[in-house]
Amino acid sequence: MIVAALDAQTLVDATGLGAVYALMAVGIGLVFGVLRLINFAYGQLVMVGAYTLAFTATWPVAGSIAACFVVVVALSMVMERAVFRPLRGESQAVMLVTTFALAFVLQAAALLVDIRDDTIGEIATSIASFNQPVTLGSLEIRKITIASVAVAAVALALLAVLLTRTTIGLHMRAAATDFGTARLLGVNANRVIGLAVFLSGILAAAVAVILTVQNPFVGPDFALRETIVVLVGVVVGGIDRLWTATLGGFAIGFATGVINGVLPTEKSVYLPSAVFALVILVLLLRPGGLFAWGRQTAVDRM
Amino acid sequence: MAEPMLELVSIDVRYGAVPAVRGLSFRVAEGEIVGLIGPNGAGKSTTLHAITGLVPTHAGHIRVEGKSIVGRAPEQIAQSGVALVPEGRRIYADFTVEENLRLGLAARRGRGQLAEAYELFPMLQEFRRRSAGALSGGQQQQLAIARALVAKPRLLLLDEPSLGLAPTLVAEVFKTLARIREQGVTVLLVEQRAQRTVALADRTYVLANGELRTTLGPADAADTDKLVAAYLSG
Repeated sequence: MIVAALDAQTLVDATGLGAVYALMAVGIGLVFGVLRLINFAYGQLVMVGAYTLAFTATWPVAGSIAACFVVVVALSMVMERAVFRPLRGESQAVMLVTTFALAFVLQAAALLVDIRDDTIGEIATSIASFNQPVTLGSLEIRKITIASVAVAAVALALLAVLLTRTTIGLHMRAAATDFGTARLLGVNANRVIGLAVFLSGILAAAVAVILTVQNPFVGPDFALRETIVVLVGVVVGGIDRLWTATLGGFAIGFATGVINGVLPTEKSVYLPSAVFALVILVLLLRPGGLFAWGRQTAVDRM
Repeated sequence: MAEPMLELVSIDVRYGAVPAVRGLSFRVAEGEIVGLIGPNGAGKSTTLHAITGLVPTHAGHIRVEGKSIVGRAPEQIAQSGVALVPEGRRIYADFTVEENLRLGLAARRGRGQLAEAYELFPMLQEFRRRSAGALSGGQQQQLAIARALVAKPRLLLLDEPSLGLAPTLVAEVFKTLARIREQGVTVLLVEQRAQRTVALADRTYVLANGELRTTLGPADAADTDKLVAAYLSG
């Protein structure tokens, strides 16, 4: 039964979801690399991007998307300057709890802005047409699925080039491995962190566009569930390395897509339970992380 | 009189309530090689960490070429021409040899070259595409020194460069230091190997309990009694 349900359509959808989660994982992993900070408020960056798309729905599509990128990247930089920088050097627990607080503040602020018209939720209509499917033989592939996979592939390739072929990329990798020594060698901490936060903001904006196309109904808890799932995926994959974190994000997205396709429609409420049961199983079998070999356990890292 | 390359004036460094360095003052003139020796916990490494901005000073002044560097970030101090070869080398094991050297260029404004480093350590050029973690301990030490030198520092600080090396490699490290001095780089050397350090340096300060105990010259290197007395006087 299960094998029959695992058709090409499910695999395509699962790949699309994996791609979006991989983008979020890279955004979270980049900042973790240089700041040792798990930014729980990453989902709220995506949420703010989605609201920007909703509030600019009457603009031309390109302008609306550009506004989303500008707002999200700016907010990301403000977050770093106002909150992360003063806390640099504090314990990881302090920084994690601070990002929780930041997430709630942003969510509450979004609610205040949203409720002005007496209803909760805005609808981002202008880019919804990207959700239309194209038919390819027996497959119905939504344009946004193709776009997500393409965006993820291009973004990851560009990032790989940046990290391995440029001087600033070398500095970022050095900072992620041993920041103290990097600074002793003259690597500019603010520049490297600023770039990581900037790039993670761009990725959050891209994710905001993709998720808003898939679900144009934007509320204060937009992208919250996805962020939690991605954070779990990042830890399962191995957060101390960007590529294992990214693979972890992709894996949990892909697994979610596959389980969603396999579960009968009336049983879909069990999707989160099934995904997290799988997470527990993976952590029991591979406590060091799904893609990390011979390293410390994922539990220790949290 | 010209400004000294490095000047410490009565610096205090504390870790919490514990004083690590107390009222330490000394000068290093341009082109000199100065040693800093003393038993474990004497405050040698702490002094280097204070100069490089890794730990804050609670009192006193640190000046490089007459300019105060107290309160500056480690990368700013590195960019002003002070390079450190840290204890334990701290090379990036997963990076290639060449990538490690390119990181040394981070402290330089404008473009830098690796050619001179390869000239000084031909082995590094041969292995430049290998991961640095695959090098032997002695080769890694050469890499750490070369990485500091590509920044073209005015002042080079070394924190126990001979630690954990076999005797023949220790001799190699000290030969390298003599060559660095010939290039006109000012050197402040923290070491456990007292005799070799005193013999190499223009002047060697002996620290104990965070304070300056005595100053030795190259002539004292052969005087074992004096060396031992300097160590035990604390």
